[in-house]
Amino acid sequence: MTKRCVKVYPRFERLWHWSQAALIFFLLFTGLGLNGAHGALPFGPAVMLHTTAALALLALWVFATFWLFTTGTWRQFIPKIEGTFAVARFYAWGVFKGEKHPYEKIFWRKHNPLQAATYFALKWAVFPTIWISGIAYLTYNIWSGSVDQPVTWITVIANLHLLAAYVIAGFVIVHVYLLTVGHGFRSHVAPMITGYDTIDLTPEQEAYLETNEPGRLKPAD
Amino acid sequence: MPLPTQTILGLLALTLWAVGATAQGAPPEIPGRDSTADHSKFEILKQEFDSGPEVTKACISCHTEADDQVMHSIHFNWNFEHPETGQQLGKRNVINAFCGSVAGNEPRCTSCHAGYGWEDMSQPPPQQSTAVDCLVCHDRSGQYAKSATDAGHPPLDPVKPGTTTITGAEAWAVDLSQAAQSVGMPGRENCGSCHFYGGGGDNVKHGDLSSVLYDPPREVDVHMSAEGENFTCATCHVTDRHQWDGSRYATHASDEMGTGKPGARRDVATCQSCHDNDPHEATIKGIKLNDHTDVLACQTCHIPEFARGGVATKTWWDWSTAGKLKDGNPYHEDGFTQSDGQQLHTYLSTKGDFEWAENVAPIYAWFDGQVEYTTGNVTIDPEKVVEVNKVSGARDDGRSRIWPFKRMEGRQAYDKTLNHLAYTHVWGPTTDTAFWTNFDWSKAIEAGMKAAGQEYSGEYGFVDTHMYWPITHMVAPAEQALDCESCHATDGRMVGLAGVFLPGSNPNGWAGLLGRLIVLAALAGVALHILLRVISGKKGGTS
Repeated sequence: MTKRCVKVYPRFERLWHWSQAALIFFLLFTGLGLNGAHGALPFGPAVMLHTTAALALLALWVFATFWLFTTGTWRQFIPKIEGTFAVARFYAWGVFKGEKHPYEKIFWRKHNPLQAATYFALKWAVFPTIWISGIAYLTYNIWSGSVDQPVTWITVIANLHLLAAYVIAGFVIVHVYLLTVGHGFRSHVAPMITGYDTIDLTPEQEAYLETNEPGRLKPAD
Repeated sequence: MPLPTQTILGLLALTLWAVGATAQGAPPEIPGRDSTADHSKFEILKQEFDSGPEVTKACISCHTEADDQVMHSIHFNWNFEHPETGQQLGKRNVINAFCGSVAGNEPRCTSCHAGYGWEDMSQPPPQQSTAVDCLVCHDRSGQYAKSATDAGHPPLDPVKPGTTTITGAEAWAVDLSQAAQSVGMPGRENCGSCHFYGGGGDNVKHGDLSSVLYDPPREVDVHMSAEGENFTCATCHVTDRHQWDGSRYATHASDEMGTGKPGARRDVATCQSCHDNDPHEATIKGIKLNDHTDVLACQTCHIPEFARGGVATKTWWDWSTAGKLKDGNPYHEDGFTQSDGQQLHTYLSTKGDFEWAENVAPIYAWFDGQVEYTTGNVTIDPEKVVEVNKVSGARDDGRSRIWPFKRMEGRQAYDKTLNHLAYTHVWGPTTDTAFWTNFDWSKAIEAGMKAAGQEYSGEYGFVDTHMYWPITHMVAPAEQALDCESCHATDGRMVGLAGVFLPGSNPNGWAGLLGRLIVLAALAGVALHILLRVISGKKGGTS
């Protein structure tokens, strides 16, 4: 095993991550305004901005989903039980004892098991909830005539949408905080900006990259 | 050489003044003046007329069907059988929250009748052809008027001193010949002389129909303003053989038909019949605004306030305090100053206490267009506020929209034993029962009930009443429509309205509270984690 500086986040993934982050912040801000939680924006413009940003995020997700499946990156997000407990134990206990983070990032697995499980839940439960409820919210007038109690429906939909938004806000808080745990904030954020992270490569992986994808490897020290 | 600032400002002021002066000038021209008939050239009209009916006789010698058409209209019959409730409505039958009732006060109230000589409300209006008043609607000389107390007849030479017209102006001698030769399609003055003065004065009754509409600035009425569309009343209130569209008893609360096929329809006075059901532009904003048309009447956003333009409307009328005298004489108090400086009565011995308001935010209710009246035969509960008229509607009935209303509040007389609203005989300068002459409620109510043909126990009291007036005139320019947050806010205008889901009106619902708990828990967890890291003093995990 050799530690090498390898490009783990290709340009599209970084673009996806940061546009998604910006849109989520923007949607949370405009959305909470629409909900009445703050009054920083007039309602009308807030509706337009929220709708436009939501449509942009949906478009981004369409591209991201396509990318995940065509590149096989989707496998990175399949959660595994193995190692999850160790990571959880580290955050809850080991970190206070000065232990080392139990997960070592490897080439085909960018996320630690707890991270993967969180992203899995986010992608399969929370994000679908917010975009399905959001589209239903937006298209109320198209379907309201064909249900019995449109007011009840829209109330439930709006509440689910709001709740999902708050869950995402909770995720953002913990996500940002956990960047400070382990290797530290800078070393956690830097790969998502530059694309490169230092990881253990097997001789085979190293040889493969040297031969076939030399652009993904920074010269060895 | 650059002009000094003062000169520029002066020129600007002059320009604005000139523009304003043009806008405030002569009343806007009436559409339809391109008629092929010039009535001043008709021999039959070149005569001295001694009465209104004589003019009518001349009119119907050519317009052979007009009298029959008018006599079948609500303008003439003041009678309306409600197609859904079966109630007999119309001015002939209803009680309102203003002067009370027409019955018992005929020559005064019937001065606004589109006919001549209706002096007894217990009888149908006079049935001879010449009883129709053509001129009140068609006079374009501007000098035709009806006397305030003469059952629809105009003041003629010699005018008795002290006579007023139905608008409250000092009466002049009407030149019937000039009026007859001037006729044309109705202008806003024709409709306005009655409809702007309902309830006994300018804008007293409706709130959205005042003398401001004779020549309104664009901000008051974008359709009627000369700076806007310059519509007359009849531009929207289309007619077919002297039958008008536009009813407060059976209103088109919604209009799914919209504009219909190209060129197909102008048979109703609805907004949609011109603007269609998706009137906003096809942008994200416009689409969202169009999404509101399934629940909102156009009026709800586009008439943000009524009684605009400087004429107040009466909002409270307490008849129970009427009759107080000073040294045996009736008196008045003028406690309200209108924005144009005019003092309005806030107490009259004849009428009781009033309140007035300008630029009033409406109240809102689901409205299917159907209005039920508490007529004299309906039993009331005097412990509660009596609704003189009830507007019906609900979200899920497929035809209701949320409409704006003026709510008239007050106290008025009722039969304490039978629990019926009372008809009151208030006007009658020569009777010994009229309230305005004798200030005796027991006589006035007894006479009123008798005139209306209603049973009366002899016991009266006063009861709190509300009356609802759909607001549909004084449409503001689009840029002055209500902002979203007028309703989409915790203290918005729709608070308390059933059957409404309003984003932004309730941030503290279950999801809002649970959601905030989640965020707080995340923050608390992070804070605790930081604290423990600081206490343990370990920089965990650093490789």
